[in-house]
Amino acid sequence: MTEPHDPAPVPLVEFRQVAKVYGLGAASMRALDGVDLSIAAGEFVAVMGPSGSGKSTAMNILGCLDTPTSGSYRFSGVPVEGLDRDQRALLRRNHLGFVFQGFNLLNRTSALENVELPLLYRRTPRAERHAQARSALAQVGLTGWEGHTPGELSGGQQQRVAIARALVTGPRLLLADEPTGNLDSARGHEIMDLLTGLNRERGITVLMVTHEPEMAAYAGRVIHFRDGRVAEDGRPGGHP
Amino acid sequence: MLGNALLLALREIRRNVLRSVLTILGIVIGVAAVIVMVTLGDGATLAVTSNIQSLGSNLLMIRPGQRMGPVSGSGGSPFRLDDVAAVGRDIPAVQAVAPAATQSMTAVAGNANWSASVTGTDNRFFEVRNWTFAAGRPFTEAEVRSGRAVCVIGATVQKELFGLQDPLGQKIRLKQVSCEVVGLLQAKGQSTMGTDQDDIIVMPLRTYHRRLAGNRNVSLIQVTVREGESTEEAKGAIERLMRKRRHIDAHEQDDFNVRDMKEVANMLTGTTKVLTELLSAVAAVSLLVGGIGIMNIMLVSVTERTREIGIRLAIGALEREVLMQFLVEAVALSSLGGVLGIVLALGASVQLADLLEVPFIFNPRIVVIAFLFSAAVGVIFGYFPARRAARLDPIEALRRE
Ligand SMILES: Nc1ncnc2c1ncn2[C@@H]1O[C@H](COP(=O)(O)OP(=O)(O)O)[C@@H](O)[C@H]1O
Ligand SMILES: [Mg+2]
Repeated sequence: MTEPHDPAPVPLVEFRQVAKVYGLGAASMRALDGVDLSIAAGEFVAVMGPSGSGKSTAMNILGCLDTPTSGSYRFSGVPVEGLDRDQRALLRRNHLGFVFQGFNLLNRTSALENVELPLLYRRTPRAERHAQARSALAQVGLTGWEGHTPGELSGGQQQRVAIARALVTGPRLLLADEPTGNLDSARGHEIMDLLTGLNRERGITVLMVTHEPEMAAYAGRVIHFRDGRVAEDGRPGGHP
Repeated sequence: MLGNALLLALREIRRNVLRSVLTILGIVIGVAAVIVMVTLGDGATLAVTSNIQSLGSNLLMIRPGQRMGPVSGSGGSPFRLDDVAAVGRDIPAVQAVAPAATQSMTAVAGNANWSASVTGTDNRFFEVRNWTFAAGRPFTEAEVRSGRAVCVIGATVQKELFGLQDPLGQKIRLKQVSCEVVGLLQAKGQSTMGTDQDDIIVMPLRTYHRRLAGNRNVSLIQVTVREGESTEEAKGAIERLMRKRRHIDAHEQDDFNVRDMKEVANMLTGTTKVLTELLSAVAAVSLLVGGIGIMNIMLVSVTERTREIGIRLAIGALEREVLMQFLVEAVALSSLGGVLGIVLALGASVQLADLLEVPFIFNPRIVVIAFLFSAAVGVIFGYFPARRAARLDPIEALRRE
């Protein structure tokens, strides 16, 4: 999809006047109101903004879970609006990783099986699947916890399982919507160290929504949303 | 993909064992009921046919009265002794003729009394009915000719009147007649009509006429047809002869009937078949109800697992993969129900066949059909819930807690 010899490299994700409207008529709600955004491969971006400013809506569109009402979204140069439901699912399967605020692990299912899930849909052979899932769990520091179910793990450990699940397929873009929202500060910093490591060492592009400036400080770039628009875009602390 | 879906389905069933078992109960009962019905029906059919074969397939029975289905109708004067003689004399295809007159009567022996069917006939009666002796002997020529008070009894009469005692040489009193038991018949069991064939006292026809009936009527003529002769043709010849002897005009109906035991066999097995099919159809309805039970529980399951489905979709599961997962789960459930139903049915069939005294016949075809049917129930009733799961919006699904 990328063209390495192109003099002006294609951004990994690009929003052009993206708008998202929920509802109809008087009851309609413009969650996104003409967003322009461009993120290059390898960046670590934090998204901040007040509640209801459209951060999650933007993440869902970026993650190909949702489509814009108007405007265009290109992933690696490919217009996502033109893809059908299955094609978007394949794009998620092969290029994207998700980490959610609520972890969203399968209950009563071991950490290993949770991490194996995306590989199952990729039809990775059994032995390879086990090996990759174990190695992903090792990367997030959960060696020895493979057989535990989410109920038997702490919040921080559950979020690390979720990160292992997102990175086990080697995605190009990792989307994290308030990944530290449910964690105490120390656990939050552990997660941030993990994401920073993945970004630096494996070159995974990370896009993360957070409320906390101390977490946003890990990112190389911070985008502020307000009322469905990008209000600020620059270095952490708001001083480019 | 199918392997994975099966793995997931089995995990899900294991996770909710009690609920799964309750869900498939309808299918279990439906499958079991169908198989039991068919198995017992097959057994009953076989019992009927072998029972009739034991009577001899070349046996014709001539009775007064118009024919009505498998039983004789009323009306029509009884036969006379010269009718019997004419059948034996004028129809070459006939091998043996046994006249009989029957009446139900109270028999007394010592303190015991018992109501039995008393038949007056001769030794050919035992021949045409393929009836052998357990003890004693048939009548002698002299006993038949002079109408002596002797009798041969069936196993039921022996049991009721004499218990464990040896009946030979004992006296049985019928009305004012005291007759001596000279023979005991081998037990034959129930007839095709469900009457006890062993509840019988046989005596010479002459004795019966003179001392019990007070008339010379014959109520049944049994005829065996010679080997190699057509029973159809013999039947036709007998009908023509009897019409002539009974002065029946061309436009009048027969006031007697000649029955070929083969025909009776076909009629009865036909009836058994229809009955089996009817009961199986009723049983199949419970399979349908079982299917609705599966659909219900699958819909509940989809609602409960909305978040799980959201996770799968977000991770990149295709619509058809989620559909397949839930469909396989429904089919796995219903097939499990089918297998349990088959096991239950075979156990119950063996027990019931024993109880109803019909042979147990294992019918692999109905087992396979029942299994495939239960799997099909899973596909049909699992499809709607599975499609609902597959079409969920991942964002909506993830938001659900
Ligand atoms: N499915 C939806 N239907 C209607 N309104 C929605 C829906 N999702 C989000 N919204 C609205 O869109 C706005 C932006 O929401 P969201 O993107 O979740 O904000 P944030 O994540 O920044 O808190 C909010 O006002 C919210 O109420
Ligand atoms: Mg949000």
